[in-house]
Amino acid sequence: MKNHDLLIVGGGLAGLAAALSADRKVNVAVISKVHPLRSHSVAAQGGINAALGNHPDGKEDSWEKHAFDTIKGSDYLADQDAAELLCRKAVPLMYELDHWGVPFSRFSTGAIAQRPFGGAGFPRTCYAADRTGQVLLHTLYEQAVRKSVTFYDELLVTNLVVRDGRCLGLVAYDLAKGKILIIPSKAVIFATGGYGRVYQRSTNAFINFGSGIGMAYRAGVPVKDLEFVQFHPTTLLGKNILISEAARGEGGYLVNNQGRRFMADYAPSVMELAPRDIVARSIQTEIDQGRGFENQSVHLDLRHLGRDKIEKRLPGIRDICIYFGGLDPVDTPIPVQPAQHYSMGGIDVDKDCASPVKGFYAAGECACVSVHGANRLGGNSLLESIVFGKIAGESAVRFVEGGASDPTPEDLREIGREARRLYELTRAIKQRAVGENVYQLLNALKKVMSDKAGVFRNAENLRSALEDIAELRQAYRRVFIVGTCDRYCQEFTTLVEFDYMLDVSEMILRGALNREETRGSHFRTDFPKRNDEAWLKHTIMTRQGNFPRISYRDVDLSKYKPQERKY
Amino acid sequence: MTTFKILRFDPLTQETPHFQAYEHTPNPKDSMLDVLKDIRDQQDPALSFRYSCREAVCGSCAVTINGSICLACRTQFEDLQTDPVLIEPLPNLEIQKDLVVDLEPFWEAYRFVQPYLQPAGDVPEKGHRVEEKQMEAVFQYITCIMCACCYSACPVASRDDRYLGPAALAKLYRFVLDPRDKRPYNALARVDSPAGVWGCDTVFRCNEVCPKKVRPADGIEGLRRKLIVKRARHPLRRKR
Repeated sequence: MKNHDLLIVGGGLAGLAAALSADRKVNVAVISKVHPLRSHSVAAQGGINAALGNHPDGKEDSWEKHAFDTIKGSDYLADQDAAELLCRKAVPLMYELDHWGVPFSRFSTGAIAQRPFGGAGFPRTCYAADRTGQVLLHTLYEQAVRKSVTFYDELLVTNLVVRDGRCLGLVAYDLAKGKILIIPSKAVIFATGGYGRVYQRSTNAFINFGSGIGMAYRAGVPVKDLEFVQFHPTTLLGKNILISEAARGEGGYLVNNQGRRFMADYAPSVMELAPRDIVARSIQTEIDQGRGFENQSVHLDLRHLGRDKIEKRLPGIRDICIYFGGLDPVDTPIPVQPAQHYSMGGIDVDKDCASPVKGFYAAGECACVSVHGANRLGGNSLLESIVFGKIAGESAVRFVEGGASDPTPEDLREIGREARRLYELTRAIKQRAVGENVYQLLNALKKVMSDKAGVFRNAENLRSALEDIAELRQAYRRVFIVGTCDRYCQEFTTLVEFDYMLDVSEMILRGALNREETRGSHFRTDFPKRNDEAWLKHTIMTRQGNFPRISYRDVDLSKYKPQERKY
Repeated sequence: MTTFKILRFDPLTQETPHFQAYEHTPNPKDSMLDVLKDIRDQQDPALSFRYSCREAVCGSCAVTINGSICLACRTQFEDLQTDPVLIEPLPNLEIQKDLVVDLEPFWEAYRFVQPYLQPAGDVPEKGHRVEEKQMEAVFQYITCIMCACCYSACPVASRDDRYLGPAALAKLYRFVLDPRDKRPYNALARVDSPAGVWGCDTVFRCNEVCPKKVRPADGIEGLRRKLIVKRARHPLRRKR
């Protein structure tokens, strides 16, 4: 591997956006554990928000209103200055994306089409049918090809190396060669995505382990607001594949086993287009109170939209239903249930995507600026990943150009020591003849998180989950590798990532247990009210010894006063 | 209990590939990706294969099952109805390990066609204006997930490694169809050759195996028409 000034870890939207904004200014490379087009950004469906005002009902829209909706949707935990930055940048970004080649769906005027989405005052979600993430990821990758950005695919970063508050570089495992690499770098951007797969039921790709968040934490970078986990209201029963919010944006109904559009009881003014936390809780409540189907789902009914509209606007959803659910939404309602979908929290960074560690930046789902606060609005994550991906790239370029020093021999030795630790650990694991199977531990972890830290939480369950995690940590010390395999060894990657998943899970649980209130996605049945006096603040966790030290930080409230959140 | 015969091969340590049989009882609703993962997790951690999204949109898990090229995640075990089930890597690509193949020739072809929009001028102040219908024509091709099913099924690509293959050519046609794209004529000339659009022998294996109904051969056909029309208009610029 050549030397690079800036390494970007993750080839999804945030990583690619960072690479595009930094390339040719400094020497950049993108490291990804899969080919970039396999990144989870590809699975986003419904759209990307920007107050373009193209929709006939959206003439009055503005980026300020978008910012307000985002802040209200966040249950006032978003930093208002950051949310404003996001929404202001959204409008010119859409035109830039258009110019890069994103095939947005169009209105008859020829302008970029927009559709209504949950929690939004106007129809402002731009889309390409229901494949918006796919076309965005492909387009950004195309631009990276155009600029001949350097990629290292199928390299799993295993350690972030930090000393004295300065980022030194990375350790990585090369899947194709089966080797551990030492990679020094002046600056590093993490764009490693979310941790969805610490949950059993998740819409996320199988590769979303969230190890980047754990790695940063382990290296001493603070993490923020991890207790806020988004559960998407509508995922296909069984496989938990995402059924886009666009299905409701286009007019789909949510119906219980009595044939009633039950959202009338929870959010009468906006019905199915309430924000995700509210819809997810409403569905779970219907199921829990016996008004679901087979006590596990409600119906998302699209039949009244008609074949033409479904085929034109929601072709991907129809395919998913046919191939993975064995039903055609043109004729049959879709059985849906809530499942983990997105991590609002993440690596603690500021509006420049900078962490307290010099030379280390983060963007996208693995980071927490915070623009989503306690609940993210649909259509804001694609936006955030590109806007802040670019900002991270610019910030890192400034850092490198501002005279970041070359790695010293001592820096290299430090990274080497981390690599050796990893190597020794692996060797010890390989020498064991008996022990725990890491996949069984992983399945146990997922079950703990889904059972005890889901849509509804309480102190008893959270405490018990923390005990379970402690047990899993003990078991992890006895883990062993069954076969002999060095190349493309997914057991090894799972082994490395699982360790970080334990940290991430523990922080979700600790944050959730400490936060004795209900806000956005975090619903405590034992503290069912929002408490602004005590809890209008971010949870910050920093590693101290083997435990997270918890501190709190005020939310930026420069623009809007928190109000009760009603829809 | 069903027998799954999976092709195993590590070219760095083994002379030839071999089939290894695994006995496994899948859950009724399992996809073949679930089956592969369960076999790996429960029986053989050294078994390697690619996967990511498990919902047929990332393009990672293309393999050959019972002789048919498909996405493992979208192939349901129940539908196979055979015992044993035969799982092999994509054909016509070099095996890196087990079911993991070297896709570099596929990506090389992708890069060769200049797979990016080449618009004129700077970003228009209020975005481009594009007819709804014109954009929808592009939609046929943007559903492509770059899984390489078509590339590995294509008889031309399998006998001639210079041939760009269906996915790359369809990708180029997606831009040619896009009214925002203003690439010069010579950009098309890149594929005006036997390694390009004239290599296709129109047996349409690509259309058959495409899991996303892209019909890449339509794109190749479209490019041929474009080239013929352009030649008629620019006879002097005709190459060779």
